[in-house]
Amino acid sequence: MNTSIDRGGSWHPLIELGIARLREFAREPEAIFWAFIFPILMSVTLAIAFPGSGNKPVIVGIEPGDGGNGIRAALQRAPGVTIRDMAPGSEARALREGEVHLLVVPTSPPTYRFDPARDESRVARLLVDDALKNAAGRTDPWTAREDAVQVPGSRYVDWLIPGIVGLNIMGTSMWGIGFSIVQARMRKLLKRLVASPMRKREYLLAQIGGRLVLLAPEAGVPLVFGVFILGLPIRGSLLTVSIVCLVGALAFGGIGLLTASRARTFEAISGLMNLSMVPMWVLSGVFFSSANFPQAVQPFIQALPLTALIDALRSVVLDGAGLAGVARELAILGGWGVGGFAIALRIFRWT
Amino acid sequence: MRDEHSGATACRCLHFAFCILNYRMTVVVTGVICTNLIKTYGDLVAVDRLSFQVPRGECFGLLGPNGAGKTTTIEILEGLLEPDAGEVQILGLTWRANERELRQRIGVQLQETQLAEKLTVEETLRLFRSFYHRGRTVDDLLGLVELESKRQSYVGKLSGGQKQRLAVACALAGHPDLLFLDEPTTGLDPQSRRQLWQLLGEFRTQGGTILLTTHYMDEAETLCDRVAIVDHGKVIAEGSPRELIATLGAPRVVTHQGTLEDVFVGLTGRHLREE
Repeated sequence: MNTSIDRGGSWHPLIELGIARLREFAREPEAIFWAFIFPILMSVTLAIAFPGSGNKPVIVGIEPGDGGNGIRAALQRAPGVTIRDMAPGSEARALREGEVHLLVVPTSPPTYRFDPARDESRVARLLVDDALKNAAGRTDPWTAREDAVQVPGSRYVDWLIPGIVGLNIMGTSMWGIGFSIVQARMRKLLKRLVASPMRKREYLLAQIGGRLVLLAPEAGVPLVFGVFILGLPIRGSLLTVSIVCLVGALAFGGIGLLTASRARTFEAISGLMNLSMVPMWVLSGVFFSSANFPQAVQPFIQALPLTALIDALRSVVLDGAGLAGVARELAILGGWGVGGFAIALRIFRWT
Repeated sequence: MRDEHSGATACRCLHFAFCILNYRMTVVVTGVICTNLIKTYGDLVAVDRLSFQVPRGECFGLLGPNGAGKTTTIEILEGLLEPDAGEVQILGLTWRANERELRQRIGVQLQETQLAEKLTVEETLRLFRSFYHRGRTVDDLLGLVELESKRQSYVGKLSGGQKQRLAVACALAGHPDLLFLDEPTTGLDPQSRRQLWQLLGEFRTQGGTILLTTHYMDEAETLCDRVAIVDHGKVIAEGSPRELIATLGAPRVVTHQGTLEDVFVGLTGRHLREE
């Protein structure tokens, strides 16, 4: 039967559908902006907000009173302590809002006012206490030799960039597929397509395929930015990184199709997209390690596709893992992709 | 014994010949057969035991006021909706058993479909053509609907008439035997309508069968060999436009030439709401 097929110069429908999808995307300037510029903006912003950890000074405020000047002089000499001057009366507010990590009240001996639940405040207490006691004439029994290590790849930003790559793959795959499908459904284009001999699964596959072509820039832009601007080391092979990104995009393509399989309005699809993505923004360890969540919810977190994608990316990029090292994550992603696609094909609303 | 045998042979031959004839008849007559179609949406009976037949090569029109069940009926025939009850045969085939072959052999233009705005006319036709195993080339299609000069234009930039001609070109991409058109000229200016009518006339002369819905009486009179007037999901009159006009009788024709519109208003008691 295949030999007698005459497509009149057109390519296989799968290719034509994929190309049509790409053309529609490429002709939407906003879509390009969000896919390529957004991750760069995000990386830059976060790199500024979270510079390399360790040598970040603690910020200390001093309440007015007798002896305040002595404390000020002692703290000015202390390494890693910055004094912030405040308007009289605003000290309590500054402490509450995190403008200062610790307040020194010049009583005798001095009083430290701080929130022990904050890491910075506890560090500030140690540094301030140290500095003031030394200034008061304490002699240390010994001074430890310090071996400060600054390894590229161990900074917060190195850890962050794979997370942003994963977030970007998830966001662009889901929004790109979701909105284009709902738009086609609203315009009754889906109905027109199923009235033709088009195969339904080819349409859905082409939606994912169209996304994969865009994957290279979407994942590549933040990675290249990380490597060349922020000095991110990529310890694993680029091929492995690419395979992980590809499988991740397939997974979110399948989930995107599933999310968009019934929605009839943009409001509905936006709600569903947020419902499926926001928990992963929080739980999957994009900005801070998901190990902070209780043990009881860890199996759930580990099964989330974004967790799998980000864990795999971090293993490959930061620890140099090979394919075998991320097999579990790839299997989870594959399961989400195939499952999402299969269910979407079954429940998809065409008319 | 011999006689009996030859009699049986003759009988068998006759039966065989009859079968062939019957088969040929079936092939010739059936474009569309629908019998006792029923479709309900909750309490609303959209299609109520509706039956009609369209022979091959005929142009058949479903007329009716808005909400009469025309679109539901044509979407059932297009295999896009499942009827609650009733039989549908298209080109001698059924949707249940022969969906893939039927999709290759029919062309469909839906009411209010908006094709992708950011694709060009040529890209849209290329896409639709790729679904069919046979048919016209994209260039032929562009010529047929006179959109050669708009080949590189985005669909979103076309006028209403040009969009509608493109929709018909998509329906014609697979060189169909049967064309379904749901209100093909609604909202078009007179010139665009005539252009489309001419196009459909050419499809007819090549032996194509058309089933269309319309609420323009002049369109039905111009294009259709036969029409069925549908109201509340039922066929309330069926025949050629001329036959239906003749049923008006003398009194009305005195004042002016009787039209299909007079038949329509007389039967449905409702005026057409032309958009």
